[in-house]
Amino acid sequence: MIALLLRDLQLAFRAGGGFGLGLAFFLIVTVMVPFSVGPNSTTLGTIAPGVLWLGALLACLLSLDRLLALDWEDGSLDLLATAPLPLEGVLAVKALAHWITTGLPLVLVAPVLGVLLNLAPAGFFWITLSLLIGTPALSMIGTFGAALTVGLRRGGLLLSLLVMPLYVPTLIFGAEVARRGAAGFATETPLLMLAGITAGTLAFMPFAAAAVLRVNLR
Amino acid sequence: MTLQITDLSLARGGVPVLAGLSFTLGPGRALILRGPNGVGKTTLLRTVAGLQPPLAGTITGAEDQIAYGGHSDGLKLGLTVTENLRFWAQIFGQRDFEPALEAFNLAELRDRPAGGLSAGQKRRLSLARLMVTRRPIWVLDEPTVSLDAASVQLFAASVEAHLAAGGSALMATHIDLGLDGDVLDLGPFKAKATAPVADGFDEVFL
Amino acid sequence: MSIWEYANPTKFLRTSARVMPMLWVASAVLIIGGLIWGFFFTPDDYRQGSTVKIIYLHVPSALMAINAWFMMLVASLIWVIRRHHVSALAAKAAAPVGIVMTLIALITGAIWGQPMWGTWWAWDPRLTSFLVLFLFYLGYVALWEAIDNPDTAADLTSILCLVGSVFAVLSRYAVNFWNQGLHQGASLSLDKEENVADIFAYPLWTCMAGFILLFIVLVLYRTGTEIRQRRIQALVARERLEA
Repeated sequence: MIALLLRDLQLAFRAGGGFGLGLAFFLIVTVMVPFSVGPNSTTLGTIAPGVLWLGALLACLLSLDRLLALDWEDGSLDLLATAPLPLEGVLAVKALAHWITTGLPLVLVAPVLGVLLNLAPAGFFWITLSLLIGTPALSMIGTFGAALTVGLRRGGLLLSLLVMPLYVPTLIFGAEVARRGAAGFATETPLLMLAGITAGTLAFMPFAAAAVLRVNLR
Repeated sequence: MTLQITDLSLARGGVPVLAGLSFTLGPGRALILRGPNGVGKTTLLRTVAGLQPPLAGTITGAEDQIAYGGHSDGLKLGLTVTENLRFWAQIFGQRDFEPALEAFNLAELRDRPAGGLSAGQKRRLSLARLMVTRRPIWVLDEPTVSLDAASVQLFAASVEAHLAAGGSALMATHIDLGLDGDVLDLGPFKAKATAPVADGFDEVFL
Repeated sequence: MSIWEYANPTKFLRTSARVMPMLWVASAVLIIGGLIWGFFFTPDDYRQGSTVKIIYLHVPSALMAINAWFMMLVASLIWVIRRHHVSALAAKAAAPVGIVMTLIALITGAIWGQPMWGTWWAWDPRLTSFLVLFLFYLGYVALWEAIDNPDTAADLTSILCLVGSVFAVLSRYAVNFWNQGLHQGASLSLDKEENVADIFAYPLWTCMAGFILLFIVLVLYRTGTEIRQRRIQALVARERLEA
């Protein structure tokens, strides 16, 4: 398991691994927002938590189709499925690797982008915390989506269509935490809901993802 | 470990291809599958490897005993030869991959990234992976593709060593490796349109 | 005699062919009757005027939009557990009907909302939930369309339906939490005081019964089509085997 995690990380950080693409995408989306809604800093400050959450979600989504497709193309996925590891574990580890290479950098860079969007000072802590709690769920749900579409032509677009509705609860509660935090309101309820969704997702989605991957491998 | 296949029926893409297939593969034995393209060799090998369920019949003695080698090499082009092998060794709970490097004449290439290897060298690396897994039953799909004559000899020697050590091998190949193995022609087991097939197939719609 | 007998496609086709004509007639009579009753023989609401009458389309379609998904969930479970082909095909057949019902509910809602709330659309929890439901339907249908092997497609869409149901419920709660909303309470329920008056309720019940029958007959009809399509595929496959 650890070997698999290390290999995935190694592959992501090597040349051509695509590390940083998601981060760059997040940056660009954030920069595009003022161009589209105007430079008024009050407006930007109001929408900043939502924009950061949406940007992080899209950046996460963008990198999903590489999550299993590469292993599928070169045959490693077949070999992993015959290896003495449970497929559920393989997928959980792959989701973890995806989170470390995509989700975690997004969490770390979000406060910096918050400055660009004139995020209220109280919001910096909450945007970081909510992304930190919410992004693992995005990676795990995305792994399910990737397993669902792994053998398909034009899988990328379909993957977005399938995964986005599943992201709705995480996005709502995550952005709610950030929004309330920035406005100085109480955040306990949405924060607990967000944490609950992430915990439930991490507990059950590996099984669903392994079930669909087995179907796709046969 | 003896691999036992009893009365196996297989489908590919929802269409039955093989029916009523039975054979036994004991330790130290090799079984070579023959048959025209599309007869179901790959489907049989994938089923034995546990990647897809059979339509009917049983496979015993395969659980956690199979080292599978398919059409693709399963290599990460960004990793070096050693890194690729070490990864699979770790996945299968092994440590030692030096003998495999030697057996397939890869020692000089050890620090080259797999992306820089020729097709034949990649194939050798992917066959070296089988040794690294230390699993007793090798299930191989066209293992000699893109190998030159010398590499085929290396491969044949490693299969012989594997058999001598009590392992066994089930492979689909068209060339003669000079192995002391049985040959199974799949042609006679081709599924007939009239043959009754077990539940879970399009037949229910007829 | 067990209910699972109808999992046999031939038996299913024979039985559904027998009941479908009755269902077509019954649903047409109920819907047309209910609409005429509702449109012409009930008074205008004292606040909402005659616009209230769109309720006879809006509520039944909203009811079926949700229940179509629920039926797909049950059918998917049956496929996953017992692997009856008809069940998987019934789930496939129900999805487009569910999409249309969701669209009708959304569109009639917008037409009703314009004069009442002064807006075609508001991000009210009920409206938003229906929009999210619509997205779930789209994904489900797109997945069916994308996969060539019908059994693989059945397996994958069933699991998507199961997972999607959990997330759809979560989304419903999330959306409720996120915005408190404009939408009036339930129009009909068994224990509440706030129900619409009886004079509106009877034609509404009639329309709802009609929509339920319409949904059932549409799903039976479409399942029959799917079965025939699979039968053609199986025949072609057999032909190829013999060649």
